[in-house]
Amino acid sequence: MSEPSGDVLLEISDLSLVFRTSRGPIKALNGVSLNVRAGEIVGIVGESGCGKSVTMMAATRLLPKGSAHITAGGIRLFGNDPMKLSERELQHVRGKLVSTIFQEPMNALNPTRRIGEQIVEIIRRHQRLDAKAATSKAIGLLRDMLISEPERIMQAYPFELSGGMRQRVLIAMAFSCEPKLIIADEPTTALDVTVQALILSLIKHKAASTGTAVVFISHDMAVVSQLCDRLYVLYAGRVAEAGTTASVLAAPAHPYTRALIRCLPGLVAPKQPLEQILGTLPDLLDPPAGCLFKARCREADERCKAVPPLAAIGAARRAACWRRIEETQSA
Amino acid sequence: MTEPPLLSVEDLEVRYRVTSGWFGGSDVHAVNGVSFSVAEGETIGIVGESGCGKTTLGQAILGLTDISAGAVKLRGTERDRARRTQIQIIFQDPQSSLDPRLPVWRLITEPLHIRGGYANKQLIDRASELAVSVGLRPEHVDRYPHEFSGGQRQRIAIARALAVEPALLVLDEPTSALDVSVQAQIVNLLLSLQAQRKLSYVLISHDVSLVRHVADRVAVMYLGQIVEEGPTLDVLDAPSHPYTRTLLDAVPRFDRPLASIAPRAGELPSNRTLPTGCFFRERCPSATAGCEQPQLLVAADGLRKVRCHLVTNVHGMGRPRSAPRPAFPSDATA
Ligand SMILES: Nc1ncnc2c1ncn2[C@@H]1O[C@H](COP(=O)(O)OP(=O)(O)OP(=O)(O)O)[C@@H](O)[C@H]1O
Ligand SMILES: Nc1ncnc2c1ncn2[C@@H]1O[C@H](COP(=O)(O)OP(=O)(O)OP(=O)(O)O)[C@@H](O)[C@H]1O
Ligand code: SF4
Ligand code: SF4
Ligand SMILES: [Mg+2]
Ligand SMILES: [Mg+2]
Repeated sequence: MSEPSGDVLLEISDLSLVFRTSRGPIKALNGVSLNVRAGEIVGIVGESGCGKSVTMMAATRLLPKGSAHITAGGIRLFGNDPMKLSERELQHVRGKLVSTIFQEPMNALNPTRRIGEQIVEIIRRHQRLDAKAATSKAIGLLRDMLISEPERIMQAYPFELSGGMRQRVLIAMAFSCEPKLIIADEPTTALDVTVQALILSLIKHKAASTGTAVVFISHDMAVVSQLCDRLYVLYAGRVAEAGTTASVLAAPAHPYTRALIRCLPGLVAPKQPLEQILGTLPDLLDPPAGCLFKARCREADERCKAVPPLAAIGAARRAACWRRIEETQSA
Repeated sequence: MTEPPLLSVEDLEVRYRVTSGWFGGSDVHAVNGVSFSVAEGETIGIVGESGCGKTTLGQAILGLTDISAGAVKLRGTERDRARRTQIQIIFQDPQSSLDPRLPVWRLITEPLHIRGGYANKQLIDRASELAVSVGLRPEHVDRYPHEFSGGQRQRIAIARALAVEPALLVLDEPTSALDVSVQAQIVNLLLSLQAQRKLSYVLISHDVSLVRHVADRVAVMYLGQIVEEGPTLDVLDAPSHPYTRTLLDAVPRFDRPLASIAPRAGELPSNRTLPTGCFFRERCPSATAGCEQPQLLVAADGLRKVRCHLVTNVHGMGRPRSAPRPAFPSDATA
């Protein structure tokens, strides 16, 4: 299987980023490379603190200006370096090209204003529509989210809706300006599985029908496997492995990906000990030299004192692991 | 006469009185007639959607919340004092259950400290022992909670629960705040402690695969009632109740594509005024004549109990095959 061939909307190459803090620089990203093409759904997975949110916030310039510093590598978002955009250009990119959906929908909605006013406002900010046209567009978007009485929901305040309903409203808002790219950061983590399944299928259908690309951030391997065309597995601010979802799951290559999948309950017989990953995440104030997974890796050896590149290890598969690189070369 | 089970929960009801706010006057019907029992060394898993009453049930088992009707019995008796030490609880968020100002030895031995009569030296020794049994190092007991990771803090909470040698632990989402790699460590710890100490667990979780791995039996809750209960693999691999099926279809899995879920599947009805008839009726894809009657949890195949007349052929107003019980007084709105 080859990688999709649409236009590259977002390209991040070897991005390293630190947060300056009183305890010293936190090396949050350590050479992340990833790209997103038009129309595809890309998953970013990894455990807490591995840099999923920071990577996408850097791409959309949402990180705190004072403390976050890019120390190497670069970002191209729709062909531009987001760090060099003027405030005006940035507004255009955020409004028309990219939108974001976050985990806690309450924070993204104004609690004191009706749902309808908020959607209409966002539509009219970016599109030349009169109030009436914007209202009917908003109702249509809510209907697309399978909200059964959209007119009633338009009149409601955020607190009157369940978490799942609020998240559907936010997804409708994210699609409202017909963006080319949507970044969804753990949009279903706080929700029940039944609501999650509904929301995932809404995102999938809406993205397919509008041709919108989606970056879907999650710590849940099973969720991304059901939704995404391609995956990036992050570890300590670096891509450990990338490839099509089917191929990564069928044959995970990086020792971290393998361990992440094997420690899930459900793969061994009930009551049997689950596979454990030894040790803990490296301290990002002082990450080890060489492969960042070295201290926890059962396959580590001398070579791993050097940083492994994210190298091709098969068709549309890449892994940052000396073992896999060597096996590919000798095959 | 057979011995009474370690824990038995009988027709338990919990209502929260809401006195102010938008819903002033109407009670929250959090638990609406729950019965089950747990044997020594056994784990029962409680699954169900947010708000279905799992935590309330756990709190009621511990005596941390008032019960409106029914009983919680430990080895057949309702005495509170026995419950207080024999049953302990582990919460989802170890952060908030550990006082940041106390050293770990004090945290672990808090239940003994409350009981009184121990010298500090004794408490520290006991804390070190317990720390080791949950996979911490003895020297960890001199440190403070903020020096530990989430997984280590959960180990501290488990050590504290073990300090009084309980017979049963209520585990309320014990790993949902943890990463999968840390979850694996805590799950392994819980399994080995159970094997060593013959502990019983009530495992509350929305994570079906976790429950499948750990529990012997599982109870599926919906709107404060058990709708299906039985041996874990029977229930989770071949669900009978329409709600259990809806729930399991939605669980994300590697080996199957996204389920298409009907939009109504996502909304739990209000527990201020309970529905009449089957609680699941509004959302049920199989709803039909007879569902407007209250449903009873009665024996289905094997060791399974189901609350749906389509499965059990027992109608709400009819005579159940097992012990007759009055129909649930669901529509008695407060
Ligand atoms: N504003 C900040 N200041 C200092 N450090 C930060 C800041 N934001 C993030 N970090 C650090 O950067 C690292 C990556 O964080 P990030 O939020 O990207 O993780 P994540 O993969 O999204 O995790 P989670 O699954 O918990 O959301 C973490 O070590 C985090 O503590
Ligand atoms: N102290 C309280 N006062 C009033 N209502 C409450 C109180 N605690 C819980 N409730 C309500 O009781 C119902 C059951 O809540 P409970 O916390 O037991 O659910 P749960 O199944 O544990 O949910 P979750 O999966 O979100 O933890 C909910 O409707 C909740 O809002
Ligand atoms: S490079 Fe070495 S330490 Fe890193 S994952 Fe591969 S084998 Fe393990
Ligand atoms: S009783 Fe009727 S509505 Fe309730 S679960 Fe069974 S079929 Fe569905
Ligand atoms: Mg994040
Ligand atoms: Mg709860």
